[in-house]
Amino acid sequence: MSTQVAPNPTIATREDPMVPRVFKVQSVRRETADTSTLALQPVPPARHVSGRAARVGPGPSDGAASCAFSPGQFNMVYVFGVGEIPISISGSPRQPQHFIHTTRVVGAVTKALCGLKRGAAVGVRGPFGSAWPLREAEGHDVVIVAGGIGLAPLRPAVLELMAHRDRYGRIALLYGTRSPEDMLFRKELERWRGRFDLEVHVTVDRATAEWRGHVGVVTALFHRATFDPSNTMAMMCGPEVMMRFSARELIKRGATVDRIFASMERNMKCAIGTCGHCQFGPMFICKNGPVLPYSALHSWIEWREI
Amino acid sequence: MQEQPLDAFLAAHPFFKELDQAYLHLLAGCASNVVFQPGQYLFREGDQANRFFAIRQGKVALEIAVPGRVAITIETLDDGDVLGWSWIVPPHTKQFDARAVELTRALAFDATCLRGKCEHDPKLGFELMKRFTQLLGQRLQATRLQLLDVYTSSA
Repeated sequence: MSTQVAPNPTIATREDPMVPRVFKVQSVRRETADTSTLALQPVPPARHVSGRAARVGPGPSDGAASCAFSPGQFNMVYVFGVGEIPISISGSPRQPQHFIHTTRVVGAVTKALCGLKRGAAVGVRGPFGSAWPLREAEGHDVVIVAGGIGLAPLRPAVLELMAHRDRYGRIALLYGTRSPEDMLFRKELERWRGRFDLEVHVTVDRATAEWRGHVGVVTALFHRATFDPSNTMAMMCGPEVMMRFSARELIKRGATVDRIFASMERNMKCAIGTCGHCQFGPMFICKNGPVLPYSALHSWIEWREI
Repeated sequence: MQEQPLDAFLAAHPFFKELDQAYLHLLAGCASNVVFQPGQYLFREGDQANRFFAIRQGKVALEIAVPGRVAITIETLDDGDVLGWSWIVPPHTKQFDARAVELTRALAFDATCLRGKCEHDPKLGFELMKRFTQLLGQRLQATRLQLLDVYTSSA
């Protein structure tokens, strides 16, 4: 398998990737105390009222375009008057009528985003970036490793794997989170856990006696999952240190670096590889990533200065 | 659970992998099957470390009792895990509470007996020390990762 990192072709075909489309908040669902899932619906092209174009919010309104994306890609979401941030898409690619984004409050923009009400307008640029290697994973066992909010960008991949279940070997989802209260997509995880063709292991860092599940770091879940490391495609998303240790664990068990993929996070501004904010060694996370093979990452991820 | 000779169980266990057959036999001689009901404590913090366990089936929570608050679980161990390292490290005192979360079957090893055998056979002592030090290192690394509180820092 080639480990060369190619830029995402969707960027080249976009007419003006720096201009946001206008979307409205279709729904807001609280996942945990500090995490919400928003459905963003494109606003139709400008409506003509009394001979004049009426637009919703600032910027051009070509939002009626499809919300098609590949699992792993992200959008730049602009809260007008506050700022713009990259957020992975957490919905199903089979529902292109809207974008689903799950975000945790960590700063001013995410705080404003999670505070929006139904009907509010936001700007969206994207989707950008590379995708999870679902096609390449066909015929292999698949191990999904998620930490904290990192489950959100992996959710579309899990949904696609389930939609084409017969194309893959064993599938295991290993999810680590801070506490039972911080668990994302709790009901969906329970549904997935009930399936016979998907192994789900959840662990938390801290818990009281009411929690009946595992307690410990996500790397401690590897020995509980059933998979053949030499024939496994791994997909990881979460804090970098968690992915580093998870990759080490996978490699120790016999997985190869070109079959381990990680979704990276950096300070992305332009999302098209021109501003340089998200440079990571020879790569730009927005253009070459965010999903990258570990073979391209591993020599850089150990550098503290990167 | 199907009956299995203790030597065979130990030989197949990753923790005791590649240990000399004679030592496996010796360890099996110091071991006995034990069962813990849900909620039952295997040991408590401050107890003398007279036993360690190889969990055959079930789940055990390592807990810290916090005055005025409910106990906090810091790690859970289950099938195939080894529980208890303090039997080999002086002062041989248990550092945590260990509570069965569900029905747990385990092999309990008599630490007093084994310590004596290790004193008399330094090769056995060194071999076990290496394995338990590795276990201790893994637990320490896991605890450090937990202390980093990494899951909250990702946007």
